[in-house]
Amino acid sequence: MKHFVESSALAVKIPSNILTLLVGITLTLISLWFGYNHSLLPIAASREAELVDGLFNAMMAVSIGLFLVVQGALVVALFKFRRRPGDLTDGPHIHGNIPLEILWTVIPTVIVFIISVYSFDVYGQLGGFDPNATGDSSQVQVAMLPGEDASAPLMDSSRAKPSHHHEALGIGASPEDEGKPADLTVDVMGMQYAWLFNYPNAGVTSAELHVPVNQEVQLNIKAQDVIHAFWLPEFRLKQDAIPGQPSELRIKPRRVGEYPVICAELCGPYHGGMVTKLFVDNQQDYDNWLQSQIASQDSNQTTALVLDQQTDGDFLAPFVSDLGVTPDIVQQVLPRDRA
Amino acid sequence: MTSAQLHATTHAVTSDGVPIYRKWWHYFTFNSDHKVIGIQYLVTAFVFYLVGGSMAAAIRTELATPAPDFVTPEVYNSLLTLHGTVMIFLWIIPAGAGLANFLIPLMIGARDMAFPKLNALAFWLIPPAGLMLISSFFLESPKAGWTSYPPLSLVSGQVGEGIWIMSLLILGTSSIFGALNFFVTLLKLRVPSMGLNDMPLFCWAMLATSALVLIGTPVLAGALILLGFDLIVGTAFFNPTGGGNAVVYQHMFWFYSHPAVYIMILPLFGAISDVLPVHARKPIFGYRAIAYSSLAISFLGLIVWAHHMFTSGTPAWLRMFFMIATMIIAVPTGIKVFGWVATIWGGKLPFNGPMLFAIGFISMFVIGGISGVMLASVPFDLHVHDTYFVVAHLHYVLFGGSVFGLYAALYHWFPKITGRMMNEPLSIVHFVLTFIGMNLTFLPMHQLGLLGMNRRVAMYDPRFADVNLICTIGSYILALSTIPFLINALWSWIAGKPAGNNPWRGLTFEWQTTSPPEIENFEELPVLTVGAYDYGLGHAYTETVGDRQQNHRHHEPAPLAHADSVSPTEPEVEVAVVAGNGHEAPGNQKCPLPANPDAAVQTEPEPEIVVAAGDRPEDRSHQE
Repeated sequence: MKHFVESSALAVKIPSNILTLLVGITLTLISLWFGYNHSLLPIAASREAELVDGLFNAMMAVSIGLFLVVQGALVVALFKFRRRPGDLTDGPHIHGNIPLEILWTVIPTVIVFIISVYSFDVYGQLGGFDPNATGDSSQVQVAMLPGEDASAPLMDSSRAKPSHHHEALGIGASPEDEGKPADLTVDVMGMQYAWLFNYPNAGVTSAELHVPVNQEVQLNIKAQDVIHAFWLPEFRLKQDAIPGQPSELRIKPRRVGEYPVICAELCGPYHGGMVTKLFVDNQQDYDNWLQSQIASQDSNQTTALVLDQQTDGDFLAPFVSDLGVTPDIVQQVLPRDRA
Repeated sequence: MTSAQLHATTHAVTSDGVPIYRKWWHYFTFNSDHKVIGIQYLVTAFVFYLVGGSMAAAIRTELATPAPDFVTPEVYNSLLTLHGTVMIFLWIIPAGAGLANFLIPLMIGARDMAFPKLNALAFWLIPPAGLMLISSFFLESPKAGWTSYPPLSLVSGQVGEGIWIMSLLILGTSSIFGALNFFVTLLKLRVPSMGLNDMPLFCWAMLATSALVLIGTPVLAGALILLGFDLIVGTAFFNPTGGGNAVVYQHMFWFYSHPAVYIMILPLFGAISDVLPVHARKPIFGYRAIAYSSLAISFLGLIVWAHHMFTSGTPAWLRMFFMIATMIIAVPTGIKVFGWVATIWGGKLPFNGPMLFAIGFISMFVIGGISGVMLASVPFDLHVHDTYFVVAHLHYVLFGGSVFGLYAALYHWFPKITGRMMNEPLSIVHFVLTFIGMNLTFLPMHQLGLLGMNRRVAMYDPRFADVNLICTIGSYILALSTIPFLINALWSWIAGKPAGNNPWRGLTFEWQTTSPPEIENFEELPVLTVGAYDYGLGHAYTETVGDRQQNHRHHEPAPLAHADSVSPTEPEVEVAVVAGNGHEAPGNQKCPLPANPDAAVQTEPEPEIVVAAGDRPEDRSHQE
């Protein structure tokens, strides 16, 4: 009799283990499948986007697994442990289980450790650890150390870093391109409610961003009035444009196409309209576009160099048609004191 | 009026031991009773919730179509600014403070808070500040978002921004007063038999919350004062055109406003930890783990603020530090979630308001928690920062978390607060509508953000129109879902079934006094003999049996002449009923109906005069 009870207990135990195993395998497969087969992200148009997508897919797989485990447990509990009407008894007096609690402390710790390391690695590959501003760096100031001779000159040129290594904010060159100048540099200026792109080498200013495919592009980002954020969804990169603090993004476009450039930081009532286009062209198209811009801007005689001496309204006037608005709207949306 | 009220406060129990109850007009006065203040907080906060919700409905109506056609973009920006500010500073934070006010003294066996007048002052700062903020909508409203980043906040209207700063300073002051009170009360006014590790978990959560308020809020005040100087006097602390630094404001703002997320969710973590065991009839799983994880979250919450600024002026090493610190918060949060799931596992789950909202809370909060870990990852955050992905995430935490938690808490403690039960079918309708509306509104927003829709926009790319329409329909369902709750709460408050002292058979102190609790809470202070979560050991539940014939204690009819309260009273007597080993003692009726049917139409929560058994703790020790 006793033997029978034991063997039946065993007989129950094994299938339940198998069941747990099967559920576990199924959940893992569903999680992995969904993590790598969702259509939640737009096209990946750059090297950076591919890196970020790899990270997102991995996080998505883990998340779906966790989601299914917790929600599954809740749904099962809600049906399996329903209180029958009139039942006023208590459940079992279980107030804890140390091994189990250690297990569910360790598992999330390991998961976030892995995600942190992966994120750290992706961040390094993006170029996050090498932002070198090409902009004004003469203001590098070296603070005096405690106990330092107060008569020493405030600016000790021997200790100031070389000017081109002044650290900026944003995403710089990827580790393999570190130290190399980008193939193309574009100065980006955010203003209510437009982006302006200045190509310093060609002397061209445009309201749309054109870049050649498969070349490193350095974007030096500034803001004219309030904080904006330069966002390229198809490139998975974003950097705030902060008045008084230059920042940068370095991108390597890999797909020819037309992509949105979006302002992602609330910058006023028409924030939602602060959208323009990024054209990733093949080299021939890019050169043609640049030539046409040079020609048209010669006739306009407008360059970004006189930006400081003009009001926003004057400055924007030649670009009104590019912005897709009428001159009236430009006057309306500019702050009253400046327009 | 004041003298009568003072009289009521100082002589709460007349010489022959008859408690006196509040009258309706007490709730509109400067009253220092923590229960009055708690109700004042909760009702005021809920009114502001409806205001903030109307703004959300207007925002979603605007976003039903891509063009800015429902309101002008300027009005849209004021709506989103006020919606955020109202929901955070006038709904979730005061509602949490309201729960804490009502519950903390009851849970720890105190007669009131440590500083009752400061407590009343803390509440009375809220209505004027709230009205001032709302009124700005009709003058010149703030338009720079609830974050109010300079320089935008300095150029989008002086009057509106000034009002915004003033009302936030007042609300912050109120919050500090409240937290100071909770902190001192919890540490100093517990009954001698209750150690820190015997406190209900809501008390632990409030301890952690109060610490955050006390550390964080002064920094916000500093930021707002400097911003105010920039705005009104023309200084340039944060204004780059005068040499200021706009990013410093963001650091100071988020130094408070990230902990503010925990100020909004920790009280509800605590409330859920108290709601689940009572209804599941099981002890909380891992008391100390859940208690101390609140403290861990509180501490970690202070060192993660710059994860709101990954795309801002944040250098690489700072990005990595804040990424890792943020990720670590997943560990104590995970401990709580798994502890809750283990608590209900194997329990006896009823299908009622508190249980459904508590389980809904876990379910929704997990989604917000998971997307929170994703957002902590810098490379991914660079893509989705300031997009609808963040909007989805924060609403899963603050609506799916805080608001579901508040509903669970309200359904759970409503019988204690008002002395009456809520209607169960209506509460289920409320839950189903809220759950569907919530997910229809906020789940699709994840995809919107990933695909490229930025937040805080009145106009958007037409390719997002379909998904936005789904969100808008969901938001209308959410708006609709408050109607069954409102009907239920108002109707039950006036004419609900009398609850008795302990309708849920809870073990914490608040269930051992009358419903609603008498002035000064306990006729005789309780002694801790049974742990707050000792379900499943066959402990006695003190049940109210509303049968006058069973009155076998020294019960005298309530001498109405003595009481300031002139409402007819329904004397009831409390007897300890033994539910040994799950066997129910005969005569243990759950909810006694009043003998007098007229009692059911009084306009005031029915006061119950209870001659509480003074020797109740001894009674209980007999049974052990």
